[in-house]
Amino acid sequence: MAAPEQEPVISVRGATAALGARPVLRGVDLTVHRGEVVALLGANGSGKSTAVRAVIGQVPLTGGAIRLFGTERKRFRDWARVGYVPQRTTAASGVPATIREVVSSGRLSRRRFGWLTRADKAAVERAIDLVGLTDRAKDSVSALSGGQHQRVLIARALASEPELLIMDEPMAGVDLASQEILASTLREQVAGGTSVLLVLHELGPLEPLIDRAVVLRDGCVVHDGPPPEALGQHALPGHDHVHPHAAGEPLRTGLLT
Amino acid sequence: MEMLDLAFMQRALLAAVLVGITAPAVGIYLVQRRQALMGDGIGHVAMTGVGLGFLLNSSPVWMATAVAVVGSVAMELIRAYGKTRGDLALALLFYGGMAGGVLLINLSPTGSNANLSSYLFGSLSTVSTEDITAIGVLAAFVVLVTVGLRRQLFAVSQDEEFARVTGLPVRALNLLIAVTAAVTVTVAMRVVGLLLVSALMVVPVAAAQQLSKSFRATFVLAVVTGITVTLAGTVTSYYQDVPPGATIVLYAIGVFVLLTLLATPLAKRRARAAGAGAESCDAPVPATRRPTDDVKV
Repeated sequence: MAAPEQEPVISVRGATAALGARPVLRGVDLTVHRGEVVALLGANGSGKSTAVRAVIGQVPLTGGAIRLFGTERKRFRDWARVGYVPQRTTAASGVPATIREVVSSGRLSRRRFGWLTRADKAAVERAIDLVGLTDRAKDSVSALSGGQHQRVLIARALASEPELLIMDEPMAGVDLASQEILASTLREQVAGGTSVLLVLHELGPLEPLIDRAVVLRDGCVVHDGPPPEALGQHALPGHDHVHPHAAGEPLRTGLLT
Repeated sequence: MEMLDLAFMQRALLAAVLVGITAPAVGIYLVQRRQALMGDGIGHVAMTGVGLGFLLNSSPVWMATAVAVVGSVAMELIRAYGKTRGDLALALLFYGGMAGGVLLINLSPTGSNANLSSYLFGSLSTVSTEDITAIGVLAAFVVLVTVGLRRQLFAVSQDEEFARVTGLPVRALNLLIAVTAAVTVTVAMRVVGLLLVSALMVVPVAAAQQLSKSFRATFVLAVVTGITVTLAGTVTSYYQDVPPGATIVLYAIGVFVLLTLLATPLAKRRARAAGAGAESCDAPVPATRRPTDDVKV
């Protein structure tokens, strides 16, 4: 058996999952090695979000196996090592909350109960600084732009100082300025040894960071290797993005991906 | 202040303060989860408990607590697991609870609709020493949960999926919020009545967030608002012959309107301070189009 250090941080073998009666993953293999940045690409409905949500235990598998840091996912408890950025358009909820308050909840995986220590608070401030929102830390998240919301969500994931970042479409609805900030934040994390698995619609400004791309189509892996050259998702095999003006075909939304 | 010498007024004011603290303290999490009307549903279910208390000749407060807890847990389970038509299941629970209460109280030898109405609309002047003990114990539980676990409850109510990935026991915390809300409903039952409980859980929070930017400030301001309106309503009902529950709720709505009016100029000043761009466009719109504009009409 390999030493724990050589174990991949994420190892998915033959994963199958279904939403209702519809199979969404049909035998997916996915590996992220230590320090690697892996992009999960695919059209809407190809199963990329389901794959990621299965990795973090939010979608039950009907078959196959998932290991995190060498531990079977069901027995994995060390959640502070994982920073998760869910697919959201907003970081706000029904009650006002400041950026600092939202980011602080990312620290719960390190300090589940009890008071936050000075070290916890410093980690929260560092995470806010990493996404360039220090001067807005006391502002309500509802006053932020779409890109800034995404930066808050990423800071929240970084607050636990994770070894593995899992991000679901972090660039969706993000303005160009924020995309650049997110890319440089990610670059710093990767330089510090963080492994990354991210779902992307197209490679965009993150492209130079990505070591490997895994392309899903209808719940199957159709490509696992170097990222497709600079063309993003539109050049991928099996790309079937339906544009709103293309009448006749059913419009696929991102809701179930 | 001769009213403070009257034992029933002392009890009434104490009960009012406890409700003023607990209702917004739980309500803020319900509002955060966008379940503002859950308190209303629990209130309906608690009616069956009141009826059961009369029928079995036991304390309606404790019986209502037991039934409300069961009902709120059922609602949370429906929310978490019910994939189809959760709203219909909740409606069945609400109206079943209400009908059950009316039926049971009419079956009991001591109960009547008049008794029920003191629980529906509150009856502060009849709060007994025994009631105060029950309300005090329940309020202590509510404060302990809502303040002691505020980081955890905040995270669960803010983003449930993220909270699960931090390893928090999300299911247990969700049930805890439901149970705490049920307990609060029965705490508030004697003061504002089951039909108006939800107002005191939601309106102070809504009022507070007109001014606040942070969760912490919203929490504090909502509780201060809650205490202010419950005390003011109780005192008013002593001097004027008005029902305390309705008075309290109308005061709370008054505070909401007041803070909303205050908030408008404040929000503008904040926007300026935050360096938001000028309200009008600076760049002049050219009268004629140039080839470089790339605008097609």
